[in-house]
Amino acid sequence: MRYIEQETVVRRMNGRMIINRLFQGLFLFATLLALLALVILLYRIVTQGAGHLSLDFLSNFASRFPEKAGIKAALVGSIWLMAVVAPTSIILGVGSAIYLEEYAKKGRITTFIQMNISNLAGVPSVVFGLLGLTIFVRALALGNSILAAGFTMSLLILPVIIVAAQEAIRSVPGELRDASYGMGATKWQTIVRIILPAAIPGILTGSILALSRAIGETAPLIVIGVPVIIQFLPAGVMDTFTALPMQIYDWSSRPQAEFQTVAAAGIIVLMAVLLFMNSIAVIIRNKFDKSY
Amino acid sequence: MRTSVQDMIAQSKGKKNKKFIEKLIPVILFLIASVSVLTTIGIVMTLIIETITFFTRVPITDFLLGTTWLPFSNKEAQFGIWPLIVGTLKVTAIAILVAVPIGLSAAIYLSEYATDNVRRVIKPVLEVLAGVPTIVYGFFALTFVTPVLQSLFPEIKIFNAISPGIVVGIMIIPMIASLSEDAMSSVPKSIRDGALAMGSTKFEVAMKITVPAALSGIIASVVLGISRAIGETMIVSLAAGSTPKFDGDFAGSIQTMTAYIVQVSKGDAGYGTTIYYSIYAVGFTLFLFTMAMNILAGYMSKRFREEY
Repeated sequence: MRYIEQETVVRRMNGRMIINRLFQGLFLFATLLALLALVILLYRIVTQGAGHLSLDFLSNFASRFPEKAGIKAALVGSIWLMAVVAPTSIILGVGSAIYLEEYAKKGRITTFIQMNISNLAGVPSVVFGLLGLTIFVRALALGNSILAAGFTMSLLILPVIIVAAQEAIRSVPGELRDASYGMGATKWQTIVRIILPAAIPGILTGSILALSRAIGETAPLIVIGVPVIIQFLPAGVMDTFTALPMQIYDWSSRPQAEFQTVAAAGIIVLMAVLLFMNSIAVIIRNKFDKSY
Repeated sequence: MRTSVQDMIAQSKGKKNKKFIEKLIPVILFLIASVSVLTTIGIVMTLIIETITFFTRVPITDFLLGTTWLPFSNKEAQFGIWPLIVGTLKVTAIAILVAVPIGLSAAIYLSEYATDNVRRVIKPVLEVLAGVPTIVYGFFALTFVTPVLQSLFPEIKIFNAISPGIVVGIMIIPMIASLSEDAMSSVPKSIRDGALAMGSTKFEVAMKITVPAALSGIIASVVLGISRAIGETMIVSLAAGSTPKFDGDFAGSIQTMTAYIVQVSKGDAGYGTTIYYSIYAVGFTLFLFTMAMNILAGYMSKRFREEY
């Protein structure tokens, strides 16, 4: 009878361990490659754009001359856009989520709405632009106004907000609900006074992340016909406007090399706005992170 | 004076409008929830109606079978969709070549090898990568990736399919990595422990246990990545050029479906012209492509899910 040959086992095991090590290194290398891409991207943009960044850049309008070009109209335009998108998309998104989680009976219609939401999330943003162009710009005759762009963007990020709000509402423990009903509260009272306050951190975090997607989105604005060279600030939601990503797109696509510096400076402003919004989301998540 | 609980109940029962609100609220919320359905209907109807108008001017056979896309020609405009589809597929193919190996490696590393501390660093960075606006990626492709490629391969033009393809790939890495990692993490630890106890190395566990068990989720993540790459607009608008071509050339200027829509939109194609309607026909084609991919991804992850 033969015993297991220890030498062969050790040799084979060593070979397998080497392969394991080799691939571990390869997987780590690939992961670091993705991180490296981010580092290069940020480094390039900061070194290119930082020189053009100044208070003048923030307070000047767009210009034919790169050294005079500023981002005032685009920055203010993006803020106006958010002023329309935030209330519209949050009301629609949270309302839909409350309906789906609290009122809708499990059945065909609910399954259909749910499926529809996940499909809507996969529609390319440029197609939402075509919807906005046809419905808001032409059919409702809103023109290329802040309102038309805002409604289009709201529909674009609606699926994200609905899903985030649904998850937040679902994570509110059932005991809270039962306790509220037990005290004689009606369904709507329970939703407004118990469920929504408990779900608000999750809803806000999801909404801010969705809004930061809307603020960086360019394609729908181009399709709607948002102009680039604007020498005035909008006074109301029916005015035409321009937005940060539009302005950056225009600068990037100009042939003169000087405008690439201006575009990089614009990107720094956009990324700073995004960073600001995301840190608010993180703060909310940490501050209200109650566990029941 | 203090009111007793009984009094409060009696009072509250008397309120008529409260009952009315309880009835009204579900109706309002249902109307709000139907906005998302109306959006889908709006998109489909818009695309279909305007595409039909387009087909009254350009025969549908020319559109589906033609291999020349020359919408701006003064003499005889030609609307054969294939050059735009080929352009889109070129960029998508390169994006997938970049994103799948890196995305899956990152997913395997995160789910099989990484310690919790490493995961806590890498996952947020991937989230940041996913949150970078596409216009920023487009700028990066045009001003960094293209010049680097040109210095390595001089035959590459300023506008080409390779540079935007690589950058679209970088853009979808986080999506493929995080969805695949979710699928791998849902494979029960007990199966893994069993294989490890039998003397498997971690690499063998990954290749023979985790990846096969999570395959449906992994494939779904790749299909969703393809869908995102097909619909990506700004990177290709900035870096891929505007030359619709029906050939196999990756080094020169091309045009994708999305980039064509942008090109027409920022120009002054007047309302009612054939070119105006052509963006809806192209948009509809794009919509069908991404829809097919999304449905396929949903089907893959449901149909082949292994239950433990």
